[in-house]
Amino acid sequence: MTDVGRVVPEDAGGAWEMVVGLEVHTELRTATKLFCGCANLFGDEPNTHVCPVCLGLPGSLPVLNQRAVELAMAIGTALHCEIRPSTFHRKNYFYPDMPKDYQISQYDEPINVSGWLQLPGGRRIGIERAHLEEDTGKTAHAGSSGRIQGAEYSLVDYNRSGVPLVEIVSAPDMRSSTEARAYATELRAILIACGASDGKMEEGSMRVDANVSVRPGPGAPFGTRCEIKNLNSLRSLGRAVDYEAQRQIALLESGDAVVQQTRHWDEGEGRTVALRSKEEAYDYRYFLEPDLVPVVPDPAWITAVGAALGPLPAERRARLVALLAGAVPAVGEGFPDPDVGVDAEGSPGVSDAEREQILTVVDLGLDGLVVAAVAGGVPARLALARTANEAATDAGAAASLDPGAYTTLLGMEVAGTLSATQVKAILSDLLAHGGGDPVELARARGFEAMADAALVTVVREAVDAHPAEWVRYRDGEEKLAQFFVGQVMKATRGQANGKGVVAELERLARE
Amino acid sequence: MARITRDEVAHVAGLARLRLTDDELERFTEQLGTVLDHAADVASLDLAGVPRTAHAMAVTNVLRPDEPRPSLDREEVLRSAPAVEANRFRVPRILGDAP
Ligand SMILES: [Zn+2]
Repeated sequence: MTDVGRVVPEDAGGAWEMVVGLEVHTELRTATKLFCGCANLFGDEPNTHVCPVCLGLPGSLPVLNQRAVELAMAIGTALHCEIRPSTFHRKNYFYPDMPKDYQISQYDEPINVSGWLQLPGGRRIGIERAHLEEDTGKTAHAGSSGRIQGAEYSLVDYNRSGVPLVEIVSAPDMRSSTEARAYATELRAILIACGASDGKMEEGSMRVDANVSVRPGPGAPFGTRCEIKNLNSLRSLGRAVDYEAQRQIALLESGDAVVQQTRHWDEGEGRTVALRSKEEAYDYRYFLEPDLVPVVPDPAWITAVGAALGPLPAERRARLVALLAGAVPAVGEGFPDPDVGVDAEGSPGVSDAEREQILTVVDLGLDGLVVAAVAGGVPARLALARTANEAATDAGAAASLDPGAYTTLLGMEVAGTLSATQVKAILSDLLAHGGGDPVELARARGFEAMADAALVTVVREAVDAHPAEWVRYRDGEEKLAQFFVGQVMKATRGQANGKGVVAELERLARE
Repeated sequence: MARITRDEVAHVAGLARLRLTDDELERFTEQLGTVLDHAADVASLDLAGVPRTAHAMAVTNVLRPDEPRPSLDREEVLRSAPAVEANRFRVPRILGDAP
């Protein structure tokens, strides 16, 4: 062990600070690949969407996909980047996932630079660049382990080869695994809102690599970093970042140095492992791709792409905050100031629980349901709670719910036609069936029968069981109505509706 | 002084997976030196104020609409491959991970 690169945290006092930067690759939702007209559908039968360009056959020439450029510009706009003239380079390496033996990527002149992303808590994370590049083919390793080590040979499917990607590189601005997760969550919501990505980390359409280092406190020079790959979920991201920072701290505290390397997150073992034993600096011999010309977006094009962007997550959260404060949604209304973080000082009257509900609803893209319900007369807090706590349990189904049916259902709770328990049951029916008429579903579950014949019986039983209270109620002590409502609710496990019980009590009192 | 050494040529050939004989190394070292001499001539010009050129043609924004076109027939594609298994290209064992 030499002293070179050795870090002695003399005055660290245990106050190590973690430094995290994330590199996120997102596949773009285009119809075709980046440089050829093959369909961008890589889940299909292997090697059915390939052509001379994406197979790297001699004599083929790439032609850039306009939609991919516009989605990259949309991402740049949403991340407050400078959108600038850009070029493509060849990144040369030999690996069978790239049949050309080079990947076409933007190198020193990326289309988007110098932006930022604001976390819901208000902190801004710098965006260094967001550039276009092509995806690689998919390799499967044959052999007992299914992993590259010990594989006898590999099988390659080139359907994914040439699929458009945008790589978004953050500044090393995150200081905890919580911030790293918040950044990835917010970025995913932004990418979905741009129409650029489906944001599915588990399926690999959004891939996150984390650069992690530690230093002996804020302001100290950055330590040696390691890049963590194979993060397939937000949970993996958080666990891997925490593990890696602890690993580096343990090394430094025992007088060892961190070696710059690429490490693989092993979800089962809960640790990172070095990918390569000897660190080899790759020489990609980048040079300008002679078959492609520069992309030079003019101001009118940039403006048009920005104008086509829908409301972004920050604006949508601000809108929900405004609804809680009593705003009434109208079609085509302007959005409130998105720079007001939902837990910043500028959001009075929003509880911690409501803040969490707002984050959940917007991350899952369900805020449209809340807005529709409030526009239909449902109180904002009820609409938000039902959406965040009930609809969100099956976000995929909820995202395609008919807002009209959803509003009708919550309206039945507001009117007292259905109890809260009944509304939740019918909502789970709606989600399970992918839609339906809430009124029909209530009838099918017999909830209306409870409001009539069965309710009469239950109310009668409550009255018979409490004769003294009944006499006081009948003699004019109206507040005892709530006592009987409570008894009926207990007997029906919340299936009765309160207004129906009171109506029946009044009818009995008149008898 | 030579603009490129024989060792540098051998290194670059290695990166490109080219196996060169001693004679070829000698010849390419000389030829690449001539190419670099020419580049040095250009570099010696006063180009202050001349914008960087990314392409030989002064053309930008060559784009195509995002409309699918037919891909190749899979049987035809795989017939050209040295080895095939389960409709995929079968390639020799890969040493190391993707860069
Ligand atoms: Zn193709």
